[in-house]
Amino acid sequence: MNAHVKDPTLWTDVGAVTDIPLRGARRVPSPRGDVAVFRTGDGRIFALRDACPHKGGPLSQGIVHGHAVTCPLHAMAIDLASGEFLGADRGKGCAPTVPLRVEDGRILLGSV
Amino acid sequence: MRKEKLVVIGNGMAGCRAVQEVLKRDPSRYEITIFGAEPRVNYDRIMLSPVLAGEKTFADIVINDEAWYRDNGIILHAGLAVDAIDLKQQLIRVADGRTWPYDRLVLATGSDPIRLPLPGSDLAGVVTFRDLDDVEAMATASAKPDARAVVIGGGLLGIEAAYGLARRGMAATVVHLMEVLMERQLDASAGFLLTQAMLERGVDTVLEAQSEAILGEEGKVTGLKLKDGRVLPCDLLVMSVGIRPNAALARVAGLEVGRGVIVDDSLRTSDPNVFAVGECVEHRGQCYGLVAPIWDMCRTLGETLTDGQAAYEGSVLSTRLKVSGVDVFSAGRFAGGEGCEDIVFRDAGRGVYKRIVLEDGKVAGAVLFGDAADGGWYFDLMRSGADVSDIRETLVFGQAATEGLAGLDPSAAVAAMADTAEVCGCNGVCKGEIVRAIADQGLSTLEGVRAHTKASASCGTCTPLVEKLLKHSLGDAFQVQSGPKPVCGCTPKGHQEVRERIVGEDLKSMPAVMQALEWSTPDGCPTCRPVLNYYLLCAWPAEYRDDKQSRFINERVHANIQKDGTYSVVPRMWGGITSPAELRAIADVADKFAIPTVKVTGGARIDLLGVRKDDLPAVWADLNAAGMVSGHAYGKALRTVKTCVGSDWCRFGTQDSTGLGVRLEKVMWGSWTPAKVKLGVSGCPRNCAEATCKDIGVICVDSGFEIHVGGAAGLEVRKTEILTKVATEDEVVWVICAFAQLYREEAWYLERVWKWLDRTGLEAARTRIEDPEARRELYDRFQFSQRFYRIDPWAQRVAGRDAHEFNPLSRRLEMEPA
Ligand code: SRM
Ligand SMILES: Cc1cc2nc3c(=O)[nH]c(=O)nc-3n(C[C@H](O)[C@H](O)[C@H](O)COP(=O)(O)OP(=O)(O)OC[C@H]3O[C@@H](n4cnc5c(N)ncnc54)[C@H](O)[C@@H]3O)c2cc1C
Ligand code: SF4
Ligand code: FES
Repeated sequence: MNAHVKDPTLWTDVGAVTDIPLRGARRVPSPRGDVAVFRTGDGRIFALRDACPHKGGPLSQGIVHGHAVTCPLHAMAIDLASGEFLGADRGKGCAPTVPLRVEDGRILLGSV
Repeated sequence: MRKEKLVVIGNGMAGCRAVQEVLKRDPSRYEITIFGAEPRVNYDRIMLSPVLAGEKTFADIVINDEAWYRDNGIILHAGLAVDAIDLKQQLIRVADGRTWPYDRLVLATGSDPIRLPLPGSDLAGVVTFRDLDDVEAMATASAKPDARAVVIGGGLLGIEAAYGLARRGMAATVVHLMEVLMERQLDASAGFLLTQAMLERGVDTVLEAQSEAILGEEGKVTGLKLKDGRVLPCDLLVMSVGIRPNAALARVAGLEVGRGVIVDDSLRTSDPNVFAVGECVEHRGQCYGLVAPIWDMCRTLGETLTDGQAAYEGSVLSTRLKVSGVDVFSAGRFAGGEGCEDIVFRDAGRGVYKRIVLEDGKVAGAVLFGDAADGGWYFDLMRSGADVSDIRETLVFGQAATEGLAGLDPSAAVAAMADTAEVCGCNGVCKGEIVRAIADQGLSTLEGVRAHTKASASCGTCTPLVEKLLKHSLGDAFQVQSGPKPVCGCTPKGHQEVRERIVGEDLKSMPAVMQALEWSTPDGCPTCRPVLNYYLLCAWPAEYRDDKQSRFINERVHANIQKDGTYSVVPRMWGGITSPAELRAIADVADKFAIPTVKVTGGARIDLLGVRKDDLPAVWADLNAAGMVSGHAYGKALRTVKTCVGSDWCRFGTQDSTGLGVRLEKVMWGSWTPAKVKLGVSGCPRNCAEATCKDIGVICVDSGFEIHVGGAAGLEVRKTEILTKVATEDEVVWVICAFAQLYREEAWYLERVWKWLDRTGLEAARTRIEDPEARRELYDRFQFSQRFYRIDPWAQRVAGRDAHEFNPLSRRLEMEPA
């Protein structure tokens, strides 16, 4: 029934969707580098490595707009779904995405 | 020949429709028996909302009356619930032990409304909204004079219930856990409009509200208590928080059950003689709560039960709200998503909001508010997966406009240019790149092209050419921007109009502004959101709730982010005065949190650099304990007031410049401004506090005080000009507060004082300040605003406000083996 059952990755519950403000983000520390978990204005959840491909800015501290975040350091915009820069900076780098599932209002991050 | 026995459990929407589908195909095959727990014939459940509202009667909504059962030879046991199923012996049992055999059995038991297990949920007057009995209970409660109702749950049903009760004269309030009404069907913009429309219909909305307990007296409900302590008094409480498939019978009988009764594509359960349809079903992992999928299922079941071939493959859903005069439609991925693109249309005059979501040139979803006439058209386009690239420009205007305009060829003025021809010399951008960006990114404005290609973003000579390219690519959808520079790519409106209309039209929230000014994006961008946030809090200091998510990180966390992601902390040192105790506290904090750098700033105070974000609240707590507050070194706000030692010590000092500086800082700190504001107070014209290159400066002289404005010493170095001269310290404070308020109310966001004065003229400001009445009003408005903002944000954070900002979401990932 459940498409995810066969998924080999390990999932970790990191909190409830409502723990993140709308148009906001939270940081999840991890031994492999922090993860930024975003909640967009329409309530969707995304996860990226918390380091801007430009100069490592913490993306979890940026402004979330539409399905994008603007890095707090030099204001480059990043697509939350792909981790790619948007606009004129497209193609100049990519913040790795982190596997994510939302179930019953809980956020599960996959370890990879 | 013995007819096969078909037994149906559930006399609702699905059960009866399934029977109709069978009769349509083979009217004589089965002997049909229907059991219904409700003591009445089959009616249209979705029309209970208009019945509640008094817009229809029960007779109006009956689908199949007694004659229908009789004429088709159907035996109806109304008011008789089936208690058990025996799969082996193929019979069903009712509570008193009677049994009926079946050859084929159809489960159509629908779903049960969820009752929150709140304390008090068993009180009289606590109801759900599912069947006619519920409607009758609500109608009876509403008959009491001045009766009040609270509905928990702001989904489709909850809203219809509240509307119905309001129509019956009750004061109705919807309490919703989420930030947006009907969040599963509506985005924030449409949700906001719905909240407004409900208010106009007498229904209040309380969002982000968690229910804690239902209060009662003598066994009757008297109110709802929320987690935040608020109590909403009521005589009727409707719980409308969702439904659960009614699969208990099936589970006990041993059929395969997940959330609902599990069926395959022919609607067969795990027992070959038992079928299920409607809301009690789980198909391909999906449960449904609307009638459209039920009709699809019933068609398939009709085929299956008459040996035909059909497969039910799931349904695509759309929703409409049934509240008179409120046109709402939603379908598909209305909120967009990966790789999606939004087309937004707003008509403030008619209260219309439309958002069409495209993916790969196809309609992926839509939300319509205020004008949902084209809902069906979009839904068809979505389900058929038609490529709409050709009609993209007119799509949002609806079917009539699109089909009327198709075939119009836009004039091709720049069509002849080669793709490789350079358009923007400054940034080396050629025509092909721009045209591609317009098409691929769905750009429709000059700002958009600038952002995506950098063309026309520097000297601007090529702007007309870029506009022609836009026109060529977009046709009539492109309008050349004349007039003021737009706030951002989300709107053609300029700052002036935005500011004026926020005040003039009583716009008090971000969604209200975006709707009234017809923003072209659902929730703005990082350019306009901080702008609107400031304009709103300046206009409505008492009412507007500051939106943290619309502030840049520094203002959101009251500290300046550094290049390595750590922060700097600058406590206020009033007028540059400090004390051994403060210095000791700063030293202790630096030691305790291993802060790497302690520096005296160019603003004459101390900066602690390299603080970890998680440590910020603890650092502030220690500084607070020593009496220090935020220095707003991070804000578009009052920064520093530099002073010199003045008459206290200096042999040339004419007035107490230090004391005046401290007084000014204590009056003005905490105020948000369009851009940063720095003050300087010098004790004599030697000007050791550099007052003549500050936004506002005071030069003390023997006869009084010269007030200077419009200086700067950053990117631009500007000398101040004299605004006015006054005799007393009190007048200095009045003039400066009034001037600051004028700046707060008139300047555009990010305009420093000098830029604003360049635009509007020093004379205009002086006229206002020198008119005693105007000055008084400005001063009063400044002080009024300060009642809400002269508050230490650090102390608020230390006390726990928005604690989530400083705590990581979870530390659990740390515990996994790396
Ligand atoms: C800390 C400090 C430098 C220092 O080590 O002394 C400083 C640090 C920064 N300044 Fe400054 N400025 C500091 C005094 C000044 C001064 C001198 C003054 O205030 O007397 C000026 C020139 C005076 C003026 O503002 O006209 C100054 C003109 C600027 C400007 C140019 C502003 C302009 O409109 O032209 C910027 C850029 C901006 O704001 O966009 C800037 C921006 C910055 C930022 C915020 C850059 C940034 O975005 O990260 C720096 C933040 C560092 C931090 O995390 O604390 N800083 N900056 C000074 C803090 C003063 C304080 O106590 O609050
Ligand atoms: C007020 C209201 C407004 C709605 N508005 C809309 C709308 O605008 N659009 C839309 O698409 N949908 C709407 N719906 C949802 C829609 O009504 C349901 O999806 C639909 O009624 C489900 O049909 P069903 O036959 O599966 O269940 P039901 O219609 O609930 O029928 C199930 C029947 O089975 C009976 N039953 C249950 N257990 C037993 C048992 N053991 N023995 C005998 N009988 C039993 C129940 O009493 C009930 O009569 C609305 C629902 C409500 C309540
Ligand atoms: S002068 Fe430049 S480098 Fe120095 S603090 Fe100001 S902004 Fe930063
Ligand atoms: S580090 Fe993100 S934009 Fe520079």
